[in-house]
Amino acid sequence: MERILRILEENARISLEDLAAMTGKTTEEVARQIDLWQEQHVINGYKALIDWDKVDTQRVQAIIELRVSPKRDCGFDEIAATIARFDEVDSVLLMSGGYDLSLVLSGKSFQDIALFVAKRLSPLDDVLSTATHFVLRTYKKDGVLYGLEPADERELL
Amino acid sequence: MDYAKLISAGAREMRPSGIRKFFDIAAQIEGCISLGVGEPDFKTPWTIRDAGIRSLEKGRTFYTANAGLAGLRQEICTYLARRMGLSYEPAETLVTVGGSEAIDLCVRALINPGDEVIIPEPCFVCYDPITTLTGGVPVPVALKAEDEFRLTAGALSAAITPKTKLLIFPFPANPTGAVMRREDLEPIAEVLRGTDIIVLADEIYAELTYGGQHVSIASLPGMKERTVLVSGFSKTYAMTGWRLGYACGPRELISVMTKVHQSALMCAPTTSQYAAITALRRCDADIEAMRDEYDMRRRMLVSRLNGMGLTCFDPQGAFYAFPSIKSTGLSSDEFCERLLHSQKVAVVPGSAFGASGEGHVRISYSYSVAHLDEALRRIENFLREL
Repeated sequence: MERILRILEENARISLEDLAAMTGKTTEEVARQIDLWQEQHVINGYKALIDWDKVDTQRVQAIIELRVSPKRDCGFDEIAATIARFDEVDSVLLMSGGYDLSLVLSGKSFQDIALFVAKRLSPLDDVLSTATHFVLRTYKKDGVLYGLEPADERELL
Repeated sequence: MDYAKLISAGAREMRPSGIRKFFDIAAQIEGCISLGVGEPDFKTPWTIRDAGIRSLEKGRTFYTANAGLAGLRQEICTYLARRMGLSYEPAETLVTVGGSEAIDLCVRALINPGDEVIIPEPCFVCYDPITTLTGGVPVPVALKAEDEFRLTAGALSAAITPKTKLLIFPFPANPTGAVMRREDLEPIAEVLRGTDIIVLADEIYAELTYGGQHVSIASLPGMKERTVLVSGFSKTYAMTGWRLGYACGPRELISVMTKVHQSALMCAPTTSQYAAITALRRCDADIEAMRDEYDMRRRMLVSRLNGMGLTCFDPQGAFYAFPSIKSTGLSSDEFCERLLHSQKVAVVPGSAFGASGEGHVRISYSYSVAHLDEALRRIENFLREL
């Protein structure tokens, strides 16, 4: 059954019929399993991978390293949950190494993000320091090459 | 000069590949997508590529022994014992420029003008022309869809004459995806034991067998002494461009094949040989991973083809499906040409692989699932238009 997850991770738009054929299950079995995973939040959503550089829309991404002070009872969970609730924040990861939380942020402009960091993040009591790194270009994301799509160089034959 | 007059009779008689003509047309069509390719879409696993690069860095740019690096021949024997249960020695092994060269050498080493070569069709396009070039006589045996394109003892016996020298035995099969399981091989072996017929077992797709292990005909009692096993790295390790294959067989035959190889090719590419040693030692897991992926695509493709009325037996080897197109009332050629012009999808007419392939088309699944899906949608559109 884990194979279904791997196929979906690659291509979430595949039909139930194809999934069933590929894994040797019935369509109903596959549908039931996917429903179950959705209920259990094993599957947390389905999204398109978009290369925003190719669209005429202003969009800036940044990665922010945060050092925070953990709490006695809940460690990093409370501050991480607080930060995760901001709409501007795309992802929040607890890290090993030189800092604690890694955030990915999206905004309309560099200034947008700078303001968010200065006015919303930094003032939080538990945030000790921030370091903001703006994304200049995306070459690959979630296993997909952006703007480097390799052509099938095999001869037609 | 009238060059046509200069061409040797053997070369003139060679049957040109029916695939090439078709794909020259396809290449001209803008936005055409193909299900025609006969090679893996995977890249050669990185460890193997790295071994090739390292051999160049170390300056290993010399010829190797004619028969191939001793270390590689040993690894081939170890591999065949480990994965196919076959027992060969390095002296019974010749490293060649792809499986194709091994086929050519075997035919050249054995065939005199007038000797008959039994060729089960539909099959890969090279056996007939290579036979013709040596002055041999191709004897096609038509495999049948109702037998799932397996060779039967009855069909084989009927084709044997006192002039029969060689049986081409290519399973898992291109273009049909047919395999011969142990119970299918035994009756064939029974026909051959006690004859002087040599089997050219082209097992290049052996590792791409689904739902069971490949069984080599050479592993059956009494068969090793009458079999030349041909295989290679192209399909198993996605190494088509490296041009590396091998032949194993009775010492007396391999030494003659080596003599021909020595004059024609000298040796197989050295870089490829070093890379192949790493492939055989370290890449069993890559074989399994690629086979798993092919198997998923295979199941999806066969289910969709059957769903749209292009009935398709379960192809348990290689990376091709060979559906029947008889329900459309079109010939293979018509089907492929109309599909190409109307929906811009290229598949190969079954007739390109021998007359008995008529009424079928070859569809390769060495493509991503997304590519297959798009092509299958177009084929569905095409069938609706008919």
